[in-house]
Amino acid sequence: MSLLKEMATRDRVFDFLTPRTSPVDVTHGPILYLEDVSVSFDGFKAINDLNLTIDDGELRCIIGPNGAGKTTMMDIITGKTRPDSGSVWFGSRHDLLRMSEPEIATLGIGRKFQKPTVFEALSVFENLELAMATDKRIFPTLAARMSGETRARIEEVLETIHLKEWHAREAGILSHGQKQWLEIGMLLMQKPRLLLVDEPVAGMTEQEMERTAELLTSLAGRQSVVVVEHDMGFVRSIARKVTVLHQGAVLAEGSMDAVSSDPKVVEVYLGESDG
Amino acid sequence: MPDSRSWLARPFTERSTQIFLAVLTLSVLAITLLHVLLPEGHPLHVSTFTVTLLGKYLCYALLAVAVDLVWGYLGILSLGHGAFFALGGYAMGMYLMREIGDRGVYGNPELPDFMVFLNWQELPWFWQGFDMPAFAFLMVLLAPGLLALVFGFLAFRSRVTGVYLSIITQALTFALMLAFFRNEMGFGGNNGLTDFKDILGFDLRTDAVRIALFIASGVALGLGYLLCRGIVGSKLGRLSIACRDAEARTRFLGYRVERVQLFIFVVSAMLAGVAGALYVPQVGIINPGEFSPLFSIEVVVWVALGGRATLYGAVLGALIVNYAKTVFTGIMPDAWLFALGGLFVLVTVLLPKGIAGLFAQRGWGRRSQSSAAKTESASGSRPIEEATA
Repeated sequence: MSLLKEMATRDRVFDFLTPRTSPVDVTHGPILYLEDVSVSFDGFKAINDLNLTIDDGELRCIIGPNGAGKTTMMDIITGKTRPDSGSVWFGSRHDLLRMSEPEIATLGIGRKFQKPTVFEALSVFENLELAMATDKRIFPTLAARMSGETRARIEEVLETIHLKEWHAREAGILSHGQKQWLEIGMLLMQKPRLLLVDEPVAGMTEQEMERTAELLTSLAGRQSVVVVEHDMGFVRSIARKVTVLHQGAVLAEGSMDAVSSDPKVVEVYLGESDG
Repeated sequence: MPDSRSWLARPFTERSTQIFLAVLTLSVLAITLLHVLLPEGHPLHVSTFTVTLLGKYLCYALLAVAVDLVWGYLGILSLGHGAFFALGGYAMGMYLMREIGDRGVYGNPELPDFMVFLNWQELPWFWQGFDMPAFAFLMVLLAPGLLALVFGFLAFRSRVTGVYLSIITQALTFALMLAFFRNEMGFGGNNGLTDFKDILGFDLRTDAVRIALFIASGVALGLGYLLCRGIVGSKLGRLSIACRDAEARTRFLGYRVERVQLFIFVVSAMLAGVAGALYVPQVGIINPGEFSPLFSIEVVVWVALGGRATLYGAVLGALIVNYAKTVFTGIMPDAWLFALGGLFVLVTVLLPKGIAGLFAQRGWGRRSQSSAAKTESASGSRPIEEATA
């Protein structure tokens, strides 16, 4: 009977009739949920029973010494690495471990890599155009035309990332900091629900860092943002909540002040920098 | 720069494409007229021999465009495009063989001469249908296209790229060469297919047919060029450059890189097939030599000489190298390979962007380093305005 009912729902027959809403279900709170995740490479446990929850619209900083498993964690969330055990959920409906990299990207998880990789031979504008959330199959891409709506969206992002005057230039000639912003812009074009940002301020000048902090805080609320960063000053300037990773597991979690006064954290991480 | 025109209409608005089409049309017209209007013996008369030779060059140029599409814009260095060229050629050759009918040496209306010679009793299944030109011409596209589809599907799905892919394509054409050399394959073995008489009922040895084939080659080159420019100028073209330069990054944007590669590879293989099909009736023979790895490498040299990722560079490279080859092998046959090697070294050292790089320096190209700054200062936000218009 229920099957008949389902078949009778006319707007389900044709996909395009269904209103386009985000398929990610966050009514139960967290947008990202990692439980007991473990992964090892050749016997080395890169991630060890990791538990992590990110709320919808949150800006979270993740810190930790080298080899704490920060990048591996990002790899697991984006589908690049498969964990040996554990579960990873996006909202309460999507099991990320069952999805491929492109599927995860389409679902709304955008990742900014440590080293900025933009398409250097293409212009800033074209970089953003390619990154846009749209039909990414071959023939629609071949036949794609620039609509007013698309252009407005690209210009809006150009404004946000302060690259408006640079839109026609090849991305290859941008400075390091500008490339980082372009990457963040490319992520924004995908209208992600969750942004994973890997070391956004590495190699940036003081002024660029300030602008990046501004940019990231302005994004939070609309999107959830997870930032992995080494620079403590930067983390202090943006973070509301900080997670400390150590040897593939969560060592401490809380506000920056609470975390930095935690004796365990001081021992493994902050302690080192104090001497 | 992205704009609101459809992908097939866009090339007509590009200056480089307009110039290319104009030069191609005028040259083909001029040569045809010089051949038809001027009497033999006139100093400006173009002989039938030369017309056929130029037609052959045009086929090579189309092949070079196909190679540039995958190498220049997709970053896949195919060292086996000769295989697709030869397959298209064989499809055409099989049609021409069937067209001979009972005028062969053995007078068998059904079987080509070499099959009678091998004592075969009936036509193999894969020769069926080739007496129908429409079917044969379809196979010109489908045979190379299918091979590229299967080969590309396996290679790109396993994410084989770079030098490994080049080596595999080389192996592919070499394996096909060895296979086609065998008499049991049913493609004429060593000697290949030759002794053609008619095409579509017209005698291949007449001047009119030779001219028609020359013009057809010119038209095929023009259309092939337009198709490639259409793809390259579309969003898919920018996507293919993205795949070329940062494959992993493109994947993270949600694109299926292997499908982009497969699509462009198949289109390129089909273009190569068309080039081969037009080549065969003009040279009068197709044999396994066309599968030779050396030939495929030579094609890559044409493209490198002309300049990668410009398309018109590939055409220039193919024409220049083959003209030089004809001249050199006439004067000093033994010196040709040295001359080719010397040319290659010279261009690599002096013109790293190939001959087309010379044009780009003068602001002819779409986006050379020097011209980028110029257009920027001249017209601030022009592309956006242009797109609005």
